[in-house]
Amino acid sequence: MTDFRLVVVSAGVSDPSSTRLLADRATQRVTALAKERGHAVTVTTVDLRELLPELPAALSSQLLGPRFTRAVDALGAADAIVAAAPVYKAGASGLFTSFFQVLDNDLLIGKPVILAATAGTARHALVVDEEMRALFAYLRALPVPTSLFASTEDWTDTGFGTRIDRAARELVLLMESGFARAVRDDAWGAYQHTYGSAGGTELEIDLDSDLMRLATGGTLRPSTDDDPFDPRKG
Amino acid sequence: MQFGIMSVSDITRDPVSGHTPSEAERIENIVKIAVHAEEVGLDVFAIGEHHNPPFFSSSPTTLLAHIAALTTTLTVTTSTTLITTNDPVRLAEEYAMLQHLAKGRMDLMLGRGNTAPVYPWFGQDIRQGLPLALENYNLLHRLWREDVVDWEGQFRTPLQGFTSTPRPLDDVPPFVWHGSIRTPEIAEQAAFYGNGYFANNIFWPKEHYKRLITFYRQRFEHYGHGTRKQAVVGLGGQAFIAKNSQEAHDQFRPYFDEAPVYGNGPRMEDFEEMTPLSVGSPQEVIDKTLTFRDAFGDYQRQLFLVDHAGLPVDMVLRQLDLLGEHVVPVLREELEARRDPEAPANPPSHADLVKAKYGDQAPRQPRPNANRGDNVTGGSPYQDSEAAAAEYPTL
Repeated sequence: MTDFRLVVVSAGVSDPSSTRLLADRATQRVTALAKERGHAVTVTTVDLRELLPELPAALSSQLLGPRFTRAVDALGAADAIVAAAPVYKAGASGLFTSFFQVLDNDLLIGKPVILAATAGTARHALVVDEEMRALFAYLRALPVPTSLFASTEDWTDTGFGTRIDRAARELVLLMESGFARAVRDDAWGAYQHTYGSAGGTELEIDLDSDLMRLATGGTLRPSTDDDPFDPRKG
Repeated sequence: MQFGIMSVSDITRDPVSGHTPSEAERIENIVKIAVHAEEVGLDVFAIGEHHNPPFFSSSPTTLLAHIAALTTTLTVTTSTTLITTNDPVRLAEEYAMLQHLAKGRMDLMLGRGNTAPVYPWFGQDIRQGLPLALENYNLLHRLWREDVVDWEGQFRTPLQGFTSTPRPLDDVPPFVWHGSIRTPEIAEQAAFYGNGYFANNIFWPKEHYKRLITFYRQRFEHYGHGTRKQAVVGLGGQAFIAKNSQEAHDQFRPYFDEAPVYGNGPRMEDFEEMTPLSVGSPQEVIDKTLTFRDAFGDYQRQLFLVDHAGLPVDMVLRQLDLLGEHVVPVLREELEARRDPEAPANPPSHADLVKAKYGDQAPRQPRPNANRGDNVTGGSPYQDSEAAAAEYPTL
């Protein structure tokens, strides 16, 4: 029995929004399945629309306003994520993409994610797998195998409910596996990090690195011991 | 505690009048601004270094030598000197020369520069920016402390029996600050050498800068240069002052909104709330600046950015008047009253460094040996230097 923290990020901008609706359906299934398996789930929803006033500052100067900061904190503490975007002009919406581009690269490492998108036509179906999945791969997150995509006809398709179920189950299993936490505990150092990233928690300074030796008067020059033609060896 | 101004040397269109100053105009004005900084009682003038338009400051030592000649108490410095794309040999020479001409009223701050295209113009690669900065400073440090240097590194042609001339004034190297906002290696290098550490304190909440300043203080102590409180810390910041808050906001807003870097981004009020920017009455600027000490501990130098974003020169001079008359005197008094006696009041001046090195003895004045005609300095270039034989390669 574990208490999981699930963060839902929705980039839908109308109210009610079909993107939010899809995110909520996935969230409900995740919560229900987790409960069946004896877990509690605390859900935090980040409606990106509410972050719009802070977006220009974040994009232009990496300056995160209070709502952005809360969203980053929630994602940093999340055990799993549901990320849903509307498709505009054959791509995930600018708001959705911008939000994840502003986040630091270390925030979502190893975290399981359900990727979801809505569109007016089925012709956009591959946006989730070809575009959104790549973005989350870059962030080193762990999107579940089943992507969710809903165009108009999907809302009445019973097969869609099955896919939501499948994605939710995948997410719960990945949460249960403790993969993200294990990565953080056991293998964090094997990933490239920048100082102050992972929502300001990545503050480890390795004093035993080549660069630190250089900073303290050392040299990067490889040893010339094995150079038979080194004139200094006489 | 020293107070001064730092300029990035941008030539920006004044969004209110539509006027873009010529390079000639802006260079003439920066000299006026620097001289006026001394007139209103400020201690420091710092200029940046850039090698691309719309900036003018490609040759900081030339500008600073001129300003030093026109002033009597002002310390001239940089914000920053590029330790990556400049050859450390040239830096050693140029800044030692400036030190002589300014009679020691100078120091310098080193930075990496973040404009990728500039690096290849000088034969460098931004991907190597950090190791380049670290290695270059290691060399610069030795060039100012050893008459004859043999050196080999990753990036620069090796040196054999090289002497950087002139030797520093009184054979005491200029004080060096390392500017950095996100790189632990730079803070470590500053601490290792017992140099100063400077955070620009402009774009982000002050908590962001706090981590590395704390790290630098710890490491300064670790390397035995003194206690954490004795580490030498400088901070940037930006302020716009008017007689009341409303007026300050009204006057500064068009410049803020179109400022390079953050213009067209955050609202000015949000930026004020989230970053160290203060726009307001003298009292508001004083109150905000005092919070820096609360966050970072006692520090030794405060530089304000006041001449950017197309602000016309008259407005900048007026800002200096307000700083000098209403803000800095109060800050001096308040900060001095709060200062832990263990923390130094000021960064080391040339006189302090001379005293630290020689005590009451007369400083060394290197006199070269006669020219031997071979244009090579050899092992003992100065009459009083030890004949350390240079290691020439032999086959």
